[in-house]
Amino acid sequence: MSFPLLTATALTPAVGAVVTAAVPAARRTAAKWLALLFSLATVVLAAAVLLRFDTGEGADRFQLTESRAWIADFGVRYELGVDGIGVAMIALTALLIPFLIGAGWNDADPPSSPANGQEGPKDDEAPATRRWRPTQGFFALILMVEAMVILSFAATDIFLFYIFFEAMLIPMYFLIGGFGDRAGEQDSEEGQARQRSYAAVKFLLYNLVGGLVMLAAVIGLYVATADQLPEGTFSLQAILDARAAGELDFGTGTERWLFLGFFVAFAIKAPLWPLHTWLPNAMGESTAPVAVLITAVVDKVGTFAMLRFCLGLFPEASDWATPVVITLALVSIIYGALLALGQRDMKRLIAYASISHFGFIVLGIFAMTSQGQGGATLYMINHGVATAALMLVAGFLIARRGSRLISDYGGVQKTAPVLAGTFLIGGLATLSLPGLGPFVSEFLVLVGTFSRYKAAGIVACAGIVLAALYVLILYQRTMTGPLKPGLEKLPDLKVRELTVVVPLIALLIFLGVYPKPLTDIVDPAVEHTLSDVQKTDPEPETPAVEAAP
Amino acid sequence: MNDLQAPDIEWVALSPSLIVFGAAILGVLIEAFLPRKQRYYAEVAVSTLALAGAFAAVVGLAASGHGTDDAQVAGMGALAVDGPALFLQGVLCLVGLVSVLLFAERRLEPALHGASVDSFAAAPAAVPGGPAEREAEKAGWTTTEIFPLLLFAVGGMLLFPAANDLLVLFIALEVLSLPLYLLCALARRRRLLSQEAAVKYFLLGAFASAFLLFGVALLYGYAGTVSYAGIADVVSGEPGAIEPGLAGTMGNDALLLIGGAMLVMGLLFKVGAVPFHMWTPDVYQGAPTPVTGFMAAATKVAAFGALLRLLYVVLPGLRWDWEPVLWGVTIASMVGGAVVAITQTDVKRLLAYSSIAHAGFILAGVVAVTEDGVSSVLFYLGAYSFVTLGAFAVVTLVRDSGGEATHLSKWAGLGRRSPLLASVFALFLLAFAGIPLTSGFAGKFAVFRAAADSGAMGLVVVGVLASAIAAFFYIRVIVLMFFSEPKADGPSVVIPSPLTSTVVGLAAVVTIVLGVAPQFFLDLAGQAGVFVH
Repeated sequence: MSFPLLTATALTPAVGAVVTAAVPAARRTAAKWLALLFSLATVVLAAAVLLRFDTGEGADRFQLTESRAWIADFGVRYELGVDGIGVAMIALTALLIPFLIGAGWNDADPPSSPANGQEGPKDDEAPATRRWRPTQGFFALILMVEAMVILSFAATDIFLFYIFFEAMLIPMYFLIGGFGDRAGEQDSEEGQARQRSYAAVKFLLYNLVGGLVMLAAVIGLYVATADQLPEGTFSLQAILDARAAGELDFGTGTERWLFLGFFVAFAIKAPLWPLHTWLPNAMGESTAPVAVLITAVVDKVGTFAMLRFCLGLFPEASDWATPVVITLALVSIIYGALLALGQRDMKRLIAYASISHFGFIVLGIFAMTSQGQGGATLYMINHGVATAALMLVAGFLIARRGSRLISDYGGVQKTAPVLAGTFLIGGLATLSLPGLGPFVSEFLVLVGTFSRYKAAGIVACAGIVLAALYVLILYQRTMTGPLKPGLEKLPDLKVRELTVVVPLIALLIFLGVYPKPLTDIVDPAVEHTLSDVQKTDPEPETPAVEAAP
Repeated sequence: MNDLQAPDIEWVALSPSLIVFGAAILGVLIEAFLPRKQRYYAEVAVSTLALAGAFAAVVGLAASGHGTDDAQVAGMGALAVDGPALFLQGVLCLVGLVSVLLFAERRLEPALHGASVDSFAAAPAAVPGGPAEREAEKAGWTTTEIFPLLLFAVGGMLLFPAANDLLVLFIALEVLSLPLYLLCALARRRRLLSQEAAVKYFLLGAFASAFLLFGVALLYGYAGTVSYAGIADVVSGEPGAIEPGLAGTMGNDALLLIGGAMLVMGLLFKVGAVPFHMWTPDVYQGAPTPVTGFMAAATKVAAFGALLRLLYVVLPGLRWDWEPVLWGVTIASMVGGAVVAITQTDVKRLLAYSSIAHAGFILAGVVAVTEDGVSSVLFYLGAYSFVTLGAFAVVTLVRDSGGEATHLSKWAGLGRRSPLLASVFALFLLAFAGIPLTSGFAGKFAVFRAAADSGAMGLVVVGVLASAIAAFFYIRVIVLMFFSEPKADGPSVVIPSPLTSTVVGLAAVVTIVLGVAPQFFLDLAGQAGVFVH
């Protein structure tokens, strides 16, 4: 058996998490560098995955596959493999984490130590809490989440996917509840802690309920396969093959129930209106890097799983549910954008903007056209990078002023022009300005939707207009105009912060100008998914103009 | 058959319970004849050796095929030696062994008058707070009788799931219950609460025993025999010889239904399923925590074993009659336990209600009535008992000046004071909640899959929803430990002796191993899925 590259990619951050967590309390800086090192090693391995992935004609659908016995009694195997979509998502995850670690470098230092990252004096800490190591925990948890996310992108065994889909909630929960930006509306430390743990519990309960509903569906799926195949299986490939060979047919009723079980879990994770209410709380209360981790990385597992599992396993039910899902996606787009317009809190604004964008992704997936689904996959990547840029800069700003309220800011571009400039680029990416990555994907989603569902395409376009509004108004209120009192000495971005932001912006521009490398990887996988649901792109209604000879 | 025949006893096949009972009697003798100072060490040594020996005997029997091909009925039809019995006996021996370590812990309580003491009353017979008690404390006495009591209880539990005869079932029930009643009353602190718990447990337990005994009588009237196989024959319409004195009642279905219902009721009481759960919270709270841990883990294992055998061997012919009833009990337990647990403010009561919910989850596997169902229940019991022991072991360590600080508000900020202990407790809670990569998830999945396989998808859906409710209160405790500011006068975590540390560590390891690599144990449980008839 060849080198298990996917396992190594996932295992590296997991090992990193353990190592980081084991660093003694006083060696905080060492823990940070270790975490960064392990996340960079993961980037290298993810790059290897990207290079080894064959995008040529006739290449296998799932590549770099690994298969080992695990729990034979449950019919579960440790099966990994990636298609183009999985590769792209793993690359995005691995790429973002070092930036998040860099951005959150000082976020989890104990409050008693000075904010400039120097080792704080240890003697004044109460002996009872001397063993409390928040910094180590923070970075270890981020790496843990990364490992589980990569495994869920790579799992081709449905049970295996479920395990990591569910298990990643736990480190995520501690990240939200344990670390805040100390800039909430509540004045007292205790009030903020209460809000944080409220957000964390809400996050966990929503996602746990979704996961448990999915568990029932997973069990139902196993029983259905056990009925019709020689033995029950969770292997995606085996189920797809059996279905293609006509050996497996869930029957309309069962298939719809199973689809619903899976879809609800993914719609909570994604999150889709009306299951979205946990996201603004979770993103608002957590630190900026954790907020990015939620929306750019963890939530993508939901939309990714819709593509891979909902469409792949239950094509007929997906077709049946399409009108409802598209409606929900449209509501998400408009509702998220409208609520973003009304937010007073910068991070919650970005959260609602994300809900709007997840609407676009789901819309693209369920439009069932190659442009739509290809666009949705690109959208996942671009949204990840764009949100990271915008949210991290917002986080730097919030850390400077100690407030998340938009009304506390004004005229920032006078004192911190670089900060304002990067904030603007992140914002423009969020509103899909041509020339930046998100434009390509949003355009593809809209084209894909339009070719099949005209009305939906028209409604979705309204989302773009609203996006321009909420981003530009946010910029206008915070960065332009007269300088608000208290901001006179606002420092501009430091080297560490620039190192985090500039590559992200470069990536956005690159993806906007030359997305071909990405589309080359993604397109074959999209074709496979479309053939799973037995859909082809609709013929254009007006015949294309004869090409000139 | 009028001659007196010497009973034919298979000594080897019965060795696990014989070893434990022998050691228990030896323990009583130690109490009578050894000087007070030496009793503790002697008792701990005897108990440990006996339970380890019994476990070795179980393993030996299983390895020689008694669990699978050579399953037999021993002791003239009194006891079954088969897969489920051996598996559960193995689990019980281990649980007993681990409990001995908890019982023997003497570093938690501050030393009294120069003598280190354990969690049990110095002079249980003395009036709480009275002069006799003070004298006993001053003299540094400890109650070493707990060890023989534990052994007797374990002995009864070993017989309980193996009983192949209604009278043996009843005797095993009493042998396991009486020492437990006593043990519940022995707490060193809050003695009145402890005694109240014991009385409550005793009264309600006596009630349940009476029901069970009445059921035995009715079934005897129905079948003319108390052996499982004999009753099963009558149920399936192939009676052996008609007992002349019972000609009027034999084969009367009313007796069968009422008798069967009463038997099941008696067992469901021990299991702690709704609506027979009323004793659980009070007893769990009042009993000394090591006893609670032992009781919560072991009683459930033994009682579910007995219930499985009764339903699968004696009453499979009545499946259509008891299945709907058990569906109701299952749903009521899962939902009731989870919902009521939400409002609890005491860790021990919280764990008690959670155990009720778990009884419901296990019942979902019982209702499946398939070989898979049996093995899933066996696996769940094994996994659950270790998580439970670990959780209660942690509870013994969190203390303030009044003894164990079981009120939840006192656990605020524990994650900052002692991150390691809080993390381990969080692990147990996550296992209870059934989060993947813990043993709780593997167990829950096995049980639910068995239920779904047998067509009980409705139970699975309710079970999944109940799990979601249950997750809420487990998580509430985690929030409290990690995200709340520690209180200035909060409890501290006592550094225990290696005894308790071993228990906590072992439970944590088992929880993770059964979650990450459960295959070996699933295989074991899978081979043990067939009852001998």
